Amino acid sequence: MTATALPPEAPSDLTSSDKGAVADRAFSGAALGAGVAILAILGLIAWATISKAWPAFAEQGFGFLTVDRWAPSQDVFGALSMVYGTFVVSAIALLASVPVSIGIALFTTEVAPRRMRSAITLVVDLLAAVPSVVYGLWGVLFVAPSVTPLFHSISNVVGDWPLLGSLFGGGGGSGRSFLTAGLILALMITPIITSVTREVLATVPRGEKDAALALGATRWEMIRGAVLPHSFGGMVGATMLGLGRAMGETIAVALTIGSSFQITTELFESGAAMPSTIALEWGESSGQHRAALIGLGVVLFAATIAVNSGARAIVARAERRMRGA
Amino acid sequence: MRLVRFLAVVTVMVSGALLGSGCGNSRAKASDPIAVPSGPMTELAKQVPGRIKGAGASFPDAFYQEAVAGLRQVATKLSVTYEAVGSAAGREAFGQGLSDFAGTDSLVGEDDPIAAGTFRYIPTVAASIAVVVNLPGVTDLRLTPEALAGIFQGDIGRWNDPAITASNPGQELPDREIVVARRADGSGTTKNFTRYLDRAADNWRLGGDDTVEWPSHTQGGQQNSGVAQIVIDTAGAIGYVDYGNAAQLGLTMAAIRNRAGRFVAPSIAATQAAIDSSELTEELTYDPLDAPGADAYPITAPTYLLVRSSYDDATTGRAVVTFVRWLVTEAADTYAADLGFAPLPERFRTAALSALDQIQIDPR
Repeated sequence: MTATALPPEAPSDLTSSDKGAVADRAFSGAALGAGVAILAILGLIAWATISKAWPAFAEQGFGFLTVDRWAPSQDVFGALSMVYGTFVVSAIALLASVPVSIGIALFTTEVAPRRMRSAITLVVDLLAAVPSVVYGLWGVLFVAPSVTPLFHSISNVVGDWPLLGSLFGGGGGSGRSFLTAGLILALMITPIITSVTREVLATVPRGEKDAALALGATRWEMIRGAVLPHSFGGMVGATMLGLGRAMGETIAVALTIGSSFQITTELFESGAAMPSTIALEWGESSGQHRAALIGLGVVLFAATIAVNSGARAIVARAERRMRGA
Repeated sequence: MRLVRFLAVVTVMVSGALLGSGCGNSRAKASDPIAVPSGPMTELAKQVPGRIKGAGASFPDAFYQEAVAGLRQVATKLSVTYEAVGSAAGREAFGQGLSDFAGTDSLVGEDDPIAAGTFRYIPTVAASIAVVVNLPGVTDLRLTPEALAGIFQGDIGRWNDPAITASNPGQELPDREIVVARRADGSGTTKNFTRYLDRAADNWRLGGDDTVEWPSHTQGGQQNSGVAQIVIDTAGAIGYVDYGNAAQLGLTMAAIRNRAGRFVAPSIAATQAAIDSSELTEELTYDPLDAPGADAYPITAPTYLLVRSSYDDATTGRAVVTFVRWLVTEAADTYAADLGFAPLPERFRTAALSALDQIQIDPR
């Protein structure tokens, strides 16, 4: 019972009342559990899909990635044409969507009057709420038949030209093509890129913009000099989110791409993508065919991880450069 | 006219996308009443209690669903569900004991987990696969199996090709590009269509399966309605869809030259002629593809239910037998033809009913 120098209640208030310790431990345990659970679930998904796909991987070897022939009836499964299709469709979607999305985001944050701003934001967010099957049905019932004559006239004109001919020659058919699927995807990923970009643009410090304007910059010069460099990393992140959605989109692509297993530069031709093929062929598949379809899922999984890590690297580098400047 | 057809396709496609079924429905509106079945089999079904479920082929799904909905109106004690999960998945579930009966378009194979002798085939209905075309001004087109094979594998690229004009004397066919529409998804319809070409046309190279290696210029549509949509939208298009869908959408159907050398367009009567002229085996299977009858439509496909040779549970067994008896007789007469399916001829029915009599139901 010797009196110590410290008042007894001071440490308990700040760090270690018994109740607080339990709550602390419980919280850190729960948080750790959540963190580990997501890793464990991801790991289990990877393990389960790879083991289910193994019969096809073992049978096809590296051919699964390097062969472009997909013939379930002959037990030949090469995914190259679908890897290509997924890549092309996503690239078209990004090319069409990113400039427009950044434009909308800049317009709503920097240019538009306040009342218009919320109206536009609302409409763009509504686009995100439309289910993908509705985009797909709209694509196949309205867009595809409407673009068919356009595709025909374009390919008639530029079919013999050197570069454009190889992109826009040939094809036509019923309007189900790489380009149709890509453009519909562009519409689908515009809301997500727009809203993330808008959030990023809103973080640009008022002071930097005012400084640019005070130096005599026009609005465009202010955007170019103060807004864009500050938000580059965030915009790359937004684009990658959109790319992730585009690569994984299934039903809208399944309806509009046409499902031909071919590798061609002609964008009016029909092609095939990995997720759409899984969805279309799953119902009547068994044995090797089923394993190969799961294998497509594994490839898609790996591609998504690669894209996301690439994006992280780009963002990290951009942020380092920003801080250095 | 165009608008009406467009709306019909939208309805079919939306319901197909939502329910995972590509089949049409004869009732224009959900509120239209379902026909009420009647007869001795129906009376029997009213007496029997039970709760049974089946899964399998989507090809006959439109008929099964309509029949089940009709039965629900009159038989309150007997509850039947059927899930159109696909033939292969249906056989798998049946083999694992997850369902009381299964629907299948193809026969039980070595891959299936079903022991020989533990099940019976019961043929229910058959349907034709129509070759539909969109050629403005042409309402009546005749095709030989060889021309059909040539078109679908890309050897014949234009409508005025001699292989087509030769069988259409006196008809002016346009110098137009042929757009081939085919299924993008794996499907029993594709399997029967390609198996037919494999059998009837010497020049067919793609084999017969649920999905084949279509030439890259062909256009893939999802399910019957997706193929129909391509044909409706594209002048010069040709595709294959189940007869019920083609009839419902009012598409132009080609007459195909059958084994007897006659050009026959798909219809319920021509489908029945194909069943009638095919051989019924001991196991109650038959193969109406390329059937020899003079009036037979050659691209006709059968579908079966698989039932167990013995049921341990007496209630389930009696319910299955009662339901299937009713399905092949009074239900087929009431619902099949409106949906584009052909009821079985008398001798098939007799055989099916006596097979059902032999099913052992443990009376414990």
